[in-house]
Amino acid sequence: MSDKKPERRDFLFTATYAVGAVGAAAVVWPLVDQMNPDASVKALASTEVDVSSLKPGNTITVLWRGKPVFIRRRTQEEIDVARSVKMEDLIHPEKDEDRAKNPEWLVMLGVCTHLGCVPLNDKGDYDGWFCPCHGSHYDTSGRIRKGPAPWNMEVPKYEFVNANTIKIG
Amino acid sequence: MSDHEYTPKSKAGKWFNDRLPLLTLANHLTDYPTPKNLNYWWTFGGILTFCLITQIVTGLVLAMHYIAHADMAFESVEHIMRDVNYGWLIRYIHANGASMFFLAVYIHIFRSLFYGSYKSPREIIWIIGIIIYLLMMAAAFMGYVLPWGQMSFWGATVITNLFSAIPFVGEGVVTWLWGGYSVDNPTLTRFFTLHYLIPFLILGLVVLHIWALHVPGNNNPVGIDVKKPSKDTVPFHPYIVIKDGFALLMFMIVFAFFVFYAPNILGHADNYIEANPLVTPAHIVPEWYLLPFYAILRSVPDKLLGVVAMLSAILILAVLPWLDTSKIRSAVFRPLYKQFYWILVADVLILGYVGAMPAEGLYLLIARVATAYYFLHFLVILPVLGLKERTIPLPLSITEPVLGGSPNMAMAKKKESKIE
Repeated sequence: MSDKKPERRDFLFTATYAVGAVGAAAVVWPLVDQMNPDASVKALASTEVDVSSLKPGNTITVLWRGKPVFIRRRTQEEIDVARSVKMEDLIHPEKDEDRAKNPEWLVMLGVCTHLGCVPLNDKGDYDGWFCPCHGSHYDTSGRIRKGPAPWNMEVPKYEFVNANTIKIG
Repeated sequence: MSDHEYTPKSKAGKWFNDRLPLLTLANHLTDYPTPKNLNYWWTFGGILTFCLITQIVTGLVLAMHYIAHADMAFESVEHIMRDVNYGWLIRYIHANGASMFFLAVYIHIFRSLFYGSYKSPREIIWIIGIIIYLLMMAAAFMGYVLPWGQMSFWGATVITNLFSAIPFVGEGVVTWLWGGYSVDNPTLTRFFTLHYLIPFLILGLVVLHIWALHVPGNNNPVGIDVKKPSKDTVPFHPYIVIKDGFALLMFMIVFAFFVFYAPNILGHADNYIEANPLVTPAHIVPEWYLLPFYAILRSVPDKLLGVVAMLSAILILAVLPWLDTSKIRSAVFRPLYKQFYWILVADVLILGYVGAMPAEGLYLLIARVATAYYFLHFLVILPVLGLKERTIPLPLSITEPVLGGSPNMAMAKKKESKIE
C-alpha cells in the first residue's frame, strides 16, 4: 500500500467518500435536531408571579417552563443562618448574597440537582429543603449540604417588576 | 448448519422451495438436533418468545385506544380500563406481561451463568442476548411512562436526569431527550414512538439470537460438546416442542394468577394518581426488575460515579465470556464456582431488596457491600477461579452421568492422567 503511488482513482474515491459523509451528516442533523425544544416550548420563556400574599416563612411553588420554582419569603433568622455559613463548609461554594439579591426573597428552581425530583420545604438536617428521592439536604439558601446532589439549587433569571410581582425568565 | 439435504415431497413444494427455501428452513427447525439431557431451565427461551409475542399483540391493541398526549394519556388509560371491551384484561396482560418477561429473562440469564452457556463458542449468542436485555429495559421504562401517572412522570424525570451526569454536554443531552425544559408532552410522544419501535428491534435480534444458537447448537447441563446428530441428541420436534409446551403451560398459570388475582401487586399505587410536576411522591421506586441496578446507583455517593457503576453493572455482562477464564462450562463440575454462583444469586436478590428500601442507615451499608461484591465476583473471583479451581473430571458423553459408573469414567481418568 505504502509503495503504491496515489492515483487519480484514489483521489476520486476519497473525494466521493468525503462528499458522501457531508451529505449523510446534513441529512442526519435535522432528524436529530427535531428532538430539541421547539419554538412553542421556547416561547413560554417567562412568567409573572404575584407574591403580595406571602408572609415571612412561607414558600410558594409556581410552574415555569414545566419546572417548579420555589419563591420563599425568608425570616430574618433564616437569612442570618444562610449568611453566616463559612464557604469551606459548602460542597458548591456560593455566597447567599449572590443567590438572594434581596435577602428576604429566595427564588430558585425547585429541582434537585441530583436527578431532578422536587425537594420538600422546611425539611432536612439544615432546615431548608430535603429531597425524598435520594436524600439530598439543602440549607436555607438552597445550597447542597449533604447527599448525592452535586450543586446548589439553580437560581433562575428573575426580576421584581414592582413591589409585589416577580417576573421569572 | 445444513444437517442433511432436504427435498420437499410434493411437486408444488419442490417448485416453491427451489425459489425460496422456506421449507428447508422449516425442516431444519423441526429436525434440529438437541441434546437429550436438556432440563426445564432450558425451556425459558421458548417462554420468552411467547412473552415477546404477547407484549406485541396486547400492545398493538392498547395503541388503538391509548392517546399519547400529556393532557389525555392518563384519562385514556382509565378509558381503556373502564370503557373498552376487555380493555382491563388486555392492559393487565400487557402490564403484568412486562414483569413476566423479566422474570423469564432473569431465569434464562442465570441458567446461562450456571451452565456456562456464554462460553466459547457461544459468545455472540450471549452478547446478542445482553443487547436484547438492554432493549427490554428501555422498552419497559418507556412503557411505564405512558400512563402518565406520578410514578411514570417522576420515574421518567429521574432516569432521564441520569444523562445529566455526563460531563459538559449532560444538560444539553437531557434537554434534547425531553424536547423541552422538563419531562412534558414532547417527551411522552417520543417515548410512545420508541416504545412501539423497540419490540420489533428485539424481534429482529431474537432471530439473530436463535440463528447464532443454531450454529454450534445448544449447550446442555453437562456442558460438554455434543456430536450432532447422534445418540446424544433428539430432534427438536416433537421432543423439545412438547417439553417447552408443558413448561409454557406452567408459566402461563403463574402469569394468569397475576393477571386475574393480583394485577396491581407488582405495580405502584402512586401511578393511579395523574402526573403532577409540582409534587414528587415521597418514595420513588422503579419496577421490581430494575431494583438491583437502582440499588447500585444509590450506593455510590457521587452522581457521575453512581451512573457509571450502574451502567457498568449491566455492561460487565457483555465481556463475561472473557472474564471467566475457566474452560469448563457447567457448574456441575466446578465445585467452587457453584458456591460463588449461589452467593451471586443471593447478592443480586439482596440488591433488589435494598433497592426498594430507603437509601439510608443499614440499608445503605448493605447496598454498598452488595455492590462491591457484585463487581468483585466478575472482576476478581471469576478470572482467578478459572485458573485456580480443581474441577471434577468431565464425562466423555452426556449419556455417561445418566448410566453412572460406566467404564467411561475410568477411561476419562486414565486419559486425564496421561495428559498430565
